[in-house]
Amino acid sequence: MKSENITKTLLLIASVIVVLISTGMVFSLINGAIPTFKEFGLSFIWSNEWNPTEGNENYGAVPFIAGTIITSMIALVICIPLSFASFLFIGEYFKGTFIANTLSALVDLLAGIPSIIYGLWGFYVLRPFIVELGLSPQGFGIFTAGLILAIMIIPYATSISKEIITMVPNELKEAAYSLGATQFEVIFRVVIPNAKSGIVAGFILAFGRALGETMAVTMLIGNANVVPDGLFSTGNTMASVIANQFGEADGLKLSSLIAIGLLLFVITGLINGLGKFIIKKLS
Amino acid sequence: MSIALDFDNGSLVAKRKLKNSIFKVGMIILSILTVSPIVLIIYELIVKGFRQINIDFFTQNPPDTFEAMMAVSAGEVIPGGILNGLTGTLLMVLMASVIAIPVGIMIGIFLYENPGKIYSNIIRNLTEILQGVPSIVLGLIAYLWVVKPITGGYSALAGSVSLAIMMLPLIVRSTEESMKMIPDTLKEAAYALGVPYHRVVLKVLIPSSFGGLFTGILLAVSRVIGETAPLMLTTLGNPMVNWDITKPTSAMPLLIWEFYNDPNMVDLIWGTSLFLMIFILIINLISKQIAAKKKIN
Repeated sequence: MKSENITKTLLLIASVIVVLISTGMVFSLINGAIPTFKEFGLSFIWSNEWNPTEGNENYGAVPFIAGTIITSMIALVICIPLSFASFLFIGEYFKGTFIANTLSALVDLLAGIPSIIYGLWGFYVLRPFIVELGLSPQGFGIFTAGLILAIMIIPYATSISKEIITMVPNELKEAAYSLGATQFEVIFRVVIPNAKSGIVAGFILAFGRALGETMAVTMLIGNANVVPDGLFSTGNTMASVIANQFGEADGLKLSSLIAIGLLLFVITGLINGLGKFIIKKLS
Repeated sequence: MSIALDFDNGSLVAKRKLKNSIFKVGMIILSILTVSPIVLIIYELIVKGFRQINIDFFTQNPPDTFEAMMAVSAGEVIPGGILNGLTGTLLMVLMASVIAIPVGIMIGIFLYENPGKIYSNIIRNLTEILQGVPSIVLGLIAYLWVVKPITGGYSALAGSVSLAIMMLPLIVRSTEESMKMIPDTLKEAAYALGVPYHRVVLKVLIPSSFGGLFTGILLAVSRVIGETAPLMLTTLGNPMVNWDITKPTSAMPLLIWEFYNDPNMVDLIWGTSLFLMIFILIINLISKQIAAKKKIN
């Protein structure tokens, strides 16, 4: 009896570690961000100046919040049709066949490629291509970053959606077919309406992934600390500014970067929470 | 749900069928477009990287900028290798595994044993939140927790801590999921024999879900092995092989980042990336194989 209690206590203690890590994380980020919020107040969140010149320091998070949201939105817009096509391919048109399994494995593999390799490929292959098209003189910018992000988040949107659409009851689909509906009509009037919230949740989670991606974005966005003013202008995201400027940071600048990390933590937490909430409601 | 059906109007039927075919073709084209990057990326890595991979690649440290410049201007392959990155990655991933695997498995067992409780649900939700935290934020955390107070400078330990926090949720989840698949009768049989609880865990629960646990661990390793952002904030890099966990250490992804930023060394990125990619591919294939085998049984 005694050894049983010891084992159970050990398991309980292990579970407390999760609580400690999560609360410690929030505490440390807030603690590290205090000097910034003391200096600038809450206006840090809506000031758009980022000036690290000593004696004249002024930090605001707006350029990076804007950069993060805009690149992730671009990624989402590009990701939606591609991911739609691939989950219909896997879960509906070629369900269960060898070719669907292969495609599914390849899509999963997209999630396995490290961010930095996406960055290299984007820099050496995608960027020259964008320059060639005449879209932007250097090829850097929020569009290039959004494009590479789109490829990176496709597997997250696809894997959830394909599970959900295979759960749509066959009877519903068969009923529509027996009325003479084409496969296209079955997909848009039966499968997608039935799987709608799951698909939306998948895209929300994919969006959450895009918000926090660092390396590939850092290598492609052009690293300008301003609010981007066009599809091909350069910018910076919250993650990329931390990666870029952390090395030489101390004092107020370090604290501001930690504050940006805190904001990123909160924003991704909210987006992921929303996605998970929708999925929980489904099951 | 109203489906417009008009049997008298042949042209409408033809139109609907045309729409159907066009959509199908478009869908196939977009699907191929979706997976084409992976083929293109691997092609790019092989074509540009295979020349770099030789014996020296695994046994030597990277050259300095000057040596690399001389080799490039002479049109030769850049000498040297990535030994410091290989050993650094090995050290940090091993240490992260040592931290994350036992704790993760214990938490997974806890959740499996106490499924419906409110406390378990809190733990489960916190684990999910942890899984969604961007890796760069984990880098900041390890910097605040280890670099500043414990090692007093960039260190392999700090890097391992950030990687361990990343691995933990994946291991918790795969443990709980694979334990759920164990038939209850197996556990009951052990209890009926009067086996003490810790022996049930060690001799029944863990062995019978070993395949799932192992797959989860492999996937967690393949996730963190290519992580660059948290290591930039925690271990910095080191031109030499380093086994001291309190000192800055290199890692394969960090080397790629360094080579990328040095115009003379830029050719070395492809060999390093190719090797890293092959490594991740193999881990993924092994874990897929194990998962497939489990399904057949």
